[in-house]
Amino acid sequence: MKYTKDHEWLRVEGDLIVVGITEHAATQLGDVVFVELPEIETMVTAGDEVVVIESVKAASDILAPVDGEIVAVNDLLSDSPGLVNEDPTGAAWFFKVKVDDLSVLDDFMDEDEYAEMIE
Amino acid sequence: MNLSRLGLHDLHQSLGGKMVPFAGYEMPVQYPTGVMKEHLHTRTAAGLFDVSHMGQIILRPRDTMQELALAFESLMPVDVAGLAEGRQRYGLLTNDTGGILDDLMFANRGDHLFVVVNAACKAADLAHLADHLAGVAEVEPLDRALLALQGPQAETALARVVPGVAAMRFMDVGIFGDLWVSRSGYTGEDGFEISLPQSKAEALARALLDMPEVLPIGLGARDSLRLEAGLCLYGHDITDRTSPVEAGLTWAIPKVRRAGGERAGGFAGEARILHELAEGPERRRVGLRPDGRAPMREGTALFDENGTPLGEVTSGGFGPSVGAPIAMGYVAAGHATPGTTIEGDVRGKRLPATICPLPFHPTTYKR
Repeated sequence: MKYTKDHEWLRVEGDLIVVGITEHAATQLGDVVFVELPEIETMVTAGDEVVVIESVKAASDILAPVDGEIVAVNDLLSDSPGLVNEDPTGAAWFFKVKVDDLSVLDDFMDEDEYAEMIE
Repeated sequence: MNLSRLGLHDLHQSLGGKMVPFAGYEMPVQYPTGVMKEHLHTRTAAGLFDVSHMGQIILRPRDTMQELALAFESLMPVDVAGLAEGRQRYGLLTNDTGGILDDLMFANRGDHLFVVVNAACKAADLAHLADHLAGVAEVEPLDRALLALQGPQAETALARVVPGVAAMRFMDVGIFGDLWVSRSGYTGEDGFEISLPQSKAEALARALLDMPEVLPIGLGARDSLRLEAGLCLYGHDITDRTSPVEAGLTWAIPKVRRAGGERAGGFAGEARILHELAEGPERRRVGLRPDGRAPMREGTALFDENGTPLGEVTSGGFGPSVGAPIAMGYVAAGHATPGTTIEGDVRGKRLPATICPLPFHPTTYKR
């Protein structure tokens, strides 16, 4: 698993990257009440706002960590946004993105580096 | 900006409160329980809120209570002179153009009035009161703590410490030694607000928190509770530009202060307020239920189905007891009827919402 400075986790699944938010981020957000997911087949550029998460406190954006095409989104979150708090690194993935080259992941933090960042 | 600390700051930290700046104070926005559960706990058991940031003021008449009451009535379109001893009322300080300077609670305590005002307004309120009441009253700001215990089990919990409170009804006030208790609050639930010396606040807070019914509740849940109860937040739902009539607070303006009443008019902003009472305001505060799950937050622009601007959301979020997004805002009066469908602009998308009656969650005051 790799991590971004924006508290996303990135997991490789075949030739796709699965994206979600970390336990730390989910705790900071508080109770999530709404998730707005992107359309499938959207081409995104790293830094694009692709997901909106609303907690009881405020709205936050999730940014595309890499360039690529959104090929799947987790529709479960539309009806059960609370999954983001219950299982942020498992059931509550947000989207899967197809990239040209998985080596883009080399630029991101590993678990130890992320743990150090949030200390 | 220098933030003030509450007298109970250390207690909030030891309880794991997440402290944020609010109205010049470091305040707990939530505890480890989290906003959602804190909200629901208050609706089913009892929640303890530290609202010591609010302004507490005594108005002591120089001559008679009647003279003070009438002078205070020149600042608010409400009935002060008719308030019985031991009772509290909701009041609104208005400006000359009929806008709201602050909303407050005032209590008749026999030989003086006790007033509780919003934290962000207290300096301005004190100046305003001193300016206008100096001839008839001494205006004394107090440095006391203020705790609120709210929820269906608030009476059971507080009565263990102060047995006398069980006999109080909604908006009664009573003095129990050092504790000044009112049966009121800002959640839509039955409950109490307790003013007490700073030196005694921690002991009472700990005694209440030791009870199985009581959890500490932060500002986050305070906001969602009051929104579900349809209660206004000053600076958001009411401001120095909104009138009490637009805000739907006409229940606070009794007949005696309206046209034809015994003490009609004679308050700041009388021209606009009496005009709006007679003719209806141009816009009205309404409740809104977004049709989907996306909350409509403060500032969300509102439109009719043809895209004509109607107004905007002044408070919005998710209602944990409602189980859906809820909002309040102002719309043109012709679109204020419950059942009307309008649209809100959420991140560039026009999403439907339905005007609905307030409150969103039924209130359970002990009348």
